[in-house]
Amino acid sequence: MDGIHDMGGMDGFGKVEPEPDEPVFHAPWEGRVLAMQRAMGYAGAWHIDTSRFAQERLPPQVYLGVSYYQRWELAMEKNVVERGFVGADELAAGHALHPGKPLKRKLTAAVVKDGMTRGSFYRQSQAPARFKPGDRVRTKNIHPATHTRLPRYARGKLGVVQLVHGCHAFPDAVAVDKGDDPQWLYTVVFDGSELWGPDADPTVKVSIDAFEPYLDPA
Amino acid sequence: MAHDHDHHHEHAHGSELSETQLRVRALETVLTEKGYIDPAALDAIIEAYETKVGPHNGARVVAKAWSDPKFKQALLADASKAVSALGHESRVGDHLVAVENTPKLHNMVVCTLCSCYPWEVLGLPPVWYKSAPYRSRAVKDPRGVLADFGVKLPKETDIRVWDSTAETRFLVLPMRPAGTDGWSEEKLATLVTRDSMIGTGLAKNPSEAA
Repeated sequence: MDGIHDMGGMDGFGKVEPEPDEPVFHAPWEGRVLAMQRAMGYAGAWHIDTSRFAQERLPPQVYLGVSYYQRWELAMEKNVVERGFVGADELAAGHALHPGKPLKRKLTAAVVKDGMTRGSFYRQSQAPARFKPGDRVRTKNIHPATHTRLPRYARGKLGVVQLVHGCHAFPDAVAVDKGDDPQWLYTVVFDGSELWGPDADPTVKVSIDAFEPYLDPA
Repeated sequence: MAHDHDHHHEHAHGSELSETQLRVRALETVLTEKGYIDPAALDAIIEAYETKVGPHNGARVVAKAWSDPKFKQALLADASKAVSALGHESRVGDHLVAVENTPKLHNMVVCTLCSCYPWEVLGLPPVWYKSAPYRSRAVKDPRGVLADFGVKLPKETDIRVWDSTAETRFLVLPMRPAGTDGWSEEKLATLVTRDSMIGTGLAKNPSEAA
């Protein structure tokens, strides 16, 4: 979706401000939010792309107005309610009022190491890769209303395939519960001037990781 | 007016924070009571991120690549495989790619859409990495962003920005500082900063080492 999250190339957000000796968490609740997200993911309540899409669907003024982990928390509330795991009445009450829905498994302290493990996104390919390193490609000019990994600044642009990463689960499908729909994934490189016009710094190149459905031969 | 505004802002800020704490507590209580999550598991996850996972893991990888040409070759060929062989606390996963800085090329990593970051080797991303200023500008004005970090590269150095838009995660292999011949891997690792592995910084010089 053409949301506020897709901010590559926007002006006006100001300087980057690194924080010296930054703590891992700035408040204990941030850690609780991160850990709950991991636990619900492990339980199979939703996919990581579901969470990402839920964040993107927050109103732009909310997205920009809250902190990173507040965004996670608000997205998690959206997911538990929309997916029927929790009633809005329960969140308001701060207690369970109805029986829970069955989940695939539960993250307990004994298996926490498994919960820290990042799953593989490789999937069986459905067809041979259409492109190889060195191929010229043009990204499609698409504006889906749902989750996509093709950022706005890189749509309709001419680039070159640099790396082929294998066949991966396709987040555009996963985020809307349409299954893995495996697709080939490529690193595609663009000249700065292709993205930002003739005044761009000639020493800069930018790459994205693009799924095959985003690309046309050029 | 200005006073009113400030007052309102401070007030809103204060109540917003406590509102978040209340919301998080409510969510955790409901999820626990419904049997979905185990608070003890949450404690263990938080402890792991606070104590075990962090940029010291990535620094070890970089220091080894600086010391061992065979490992460096393996790292650049297949970082997931090379790093997994070192046996880290959290398994590195299948999708790590290492990119090498040279005198001619500087690499920098961003996730414009959210916050993708190689957690397994660098820990959780810092706030600035997830912030709008970094996400918006890194792909358009990387030299300006580097200036925010106090880094100035030669005009002719090529800059490559990697936008992590899928599940691939990128680790920058910074250049080994001069004057470190004969240093042990352990000592070299003290020169490897988190930012040097994101590409918003350079490895420390021996004179800057603690």
